[in-house]
Amino acid sequence: MWAPERLESLPIDRTVFLPGETTDGHYQIELACESCHTDTFSDRTVMQEACEGCHSRELTRVDDSHPRTKFTDPRNADRVEILDARLCITCHQEHRPEITSSMGLSLPGDYCYRCHENVGEERPTHADLPFDSCANTACHNFHDNRSLYEDYLVEHRDEPDFRPVAEVRWKRAQGVAATVDRPSLSLAEHDGPADEAEGARAAAEWATSAHARGGVQCSDCHADATGAWQQEVDLAVCQDCHGLEAEGFLASRHGMRLAEGLPPMRPADARHPMQTDAAEAELNCNACHSSHAYDRRTAAAESCLGCHTDEHSLAWEKSPHAALWRAELAAASPEGSGVSCATCHLPRTRHPDDATRMRVDHNQNDHLRPRDKMVRSSCMECHGLAFSLDSLADPALVTTNYRGRPSREVESIHFATVLRWQLEGRPPPWDDAKKEEER
Amino acid sequence: MKTVSKLLAGATLITCLGLTACQPPAEGGGGGIEPKLMADALHAVMESDRTVYTRNVVNRLAKEQQVISASEHWKDEPALPLPAQMFRMGAEMVAEKDVGFTYSLLSMWPINKQNTPRTEVEKAGLQFVADNKGQNFYAEETLGGQTYFTAVYADTAVAPACVSCHNEHKDTPKTDFALGDVMGGVVLRIPVGS
Repeated sequence: MWAPERLESLPIDRTVFLPGETTDGHYQIELACESCHTDTFSDRTVMQEACEGCHSRELTRVDDSHPRTKFTDPRNADRVEILDARLCITCHQEHRPEITSSMGLSLPGDYCYRCHENVGEERPTHADLPFDSCANTACHNFHDNRSLYEDYLVEHRDEPDFRPVAEVRWKRAQGVAATVDRPSLSLAEHDGPADEAEGARAAAEWATSAHARGGVQCSDCHADATGAWQQEVDLAVCQDCHGLEAEGFLASRHGMRLAEGLPPMRPADARHPMQTDAAEAELNCNACHSSHAYDRRTAAAESCLGCHTDEHSLAWEKSPHAALWRAELAAASPEGSGVSCATCHLPRTRHPDDATRMRVDHNQNDHLRPRDKMVRSSCMECHGLAFSLDSLADPALVTTNYRGRPSREVESIHFATVLRWQLEGRPPPWDDAKKEEER
Repeated sequence: MKTVSKLLAGATLITCLGLTACQPPAEGGGGGIEPKLMADALHAVMESDRTVYTRNVVNRLAKEQQVISASEHWKDEPALPLPAQMFRMGAEMVAEKDVGFTYSLLSMWPINKQNTPRTEVEKAGLQFVADNKGQNFYAEETLGGQTYFTAVYADTAVAPACVSCHNEHKDTPKTDFALGDVMGGVVLRIPVGS
């Protein structure tokens, strides 16, 4: 996918070919038409391959509740005739802003009815619910229901709002550093050009970095295959050691243009409010991880706020999460107890191949929307499930960056509890019985 | 019985399965296999693997020796996948390979109501294998414009774990399954004709 040479093949202005405004998810790459329309514009199954090329890994990771194979089974042929869920574009048409809603959904919101019309018989709590409410926050998602399935809701219903030890478990685990077995290097040992002021400054920053501690020399990044010094370091160099991080970045809103061989994303191209003085900044690894100190703490919040100026981002400074972050930075509280932007949106999770190592997931979109995607990777590190879902489902609280308490309780945990007790022939717990009465 | 192509070796079988619908080979004296024979062979493998996993893994470790549990939520718990999940995961992986046949595990008493028989053949087949122990059900049906040879095989409670888990599950519509009972059926489809 990394093919910058494709840039040259782009005509001057392809915008004239756009049939309609592209969704938030794809507009960054809308001029690389062939990214989606690979061989033809008419064959929907060919386009499906392009969808899967970018999205199938994520769908597998989240244990997709409606995998394509459900609908390729001939027994569902009659359903497919009505709603062809074998193809992503049946629900996610592109270039159709007039029918597109949140999550790039281009169908009316009550589509669940097509297959689950009898849900009220099986789940009496759902009998009177409108079908366009199925996908409300904290109820159901079409794809990712890892924090929303019935038994999970019941299992975690009584957790306290705040865990006794509220710390991100993977914060203290090592990532790439665990794979490096070199002696650390001091400032005097660097092999970069220190005879210039710029070189000296870079070397001084490098000496404080994880790179120096891990024995990574200047030439490890700056020398090309022949040993010649390269002032600019390509993403591919970072990728050599930080493969998973680069993979996440290239799949993200930050890196997806690079992945398609387009010029890097700039805040000026964003659809969300951004700092005007950062408008022309180019998004590559160094945009957030400024060289040569590569301070992860700077990258975790300060870098984000260098560009993002939406209400949620700006409100973070005054949030309890930010206060905890500042306390952690000041070493007044344990590592992992602070909450930066990255804690929630670029979380540290278990390395897929090594249970002792962590990775930082650099595809923030995997932990952004639908909001309940963040519950297990972030919120529940410190909070109970109910508090997490209630908070995420409160739009005002999202805007203030969770300053305060959720204004209402979502119904999903209550429904799951009532159902469990009904099926077991027991009266529901007192508080749930009261809620049922009120309903 | 519709013969889709002449019976021959396994390699030819794979070739045949790779097509949208099994067709006689154009030339070269290749062969094929009758859909019933192929379905029976595929099911023999499925049923054997399923029984081995149910008896020798799940029932032995979870019920007899109690060294690990088996759970529907095995990804969230240190637990074995349930035998039905094991079977479905295999069916989904086969579906992803798009090799020309599909299979699923259905029941007239399903825990997940999406696994209720839907087509007329599924309904008749599930009823037949429940009523006629030891016999299979074969039919042709047309779904989405494609004709299929559809075989239905009884899915039987082969271990105590099958019975206890189904009878006790919160969503089960039937609570009196006994060892040896037909609990549902495997529905296997092979596309035939054009």
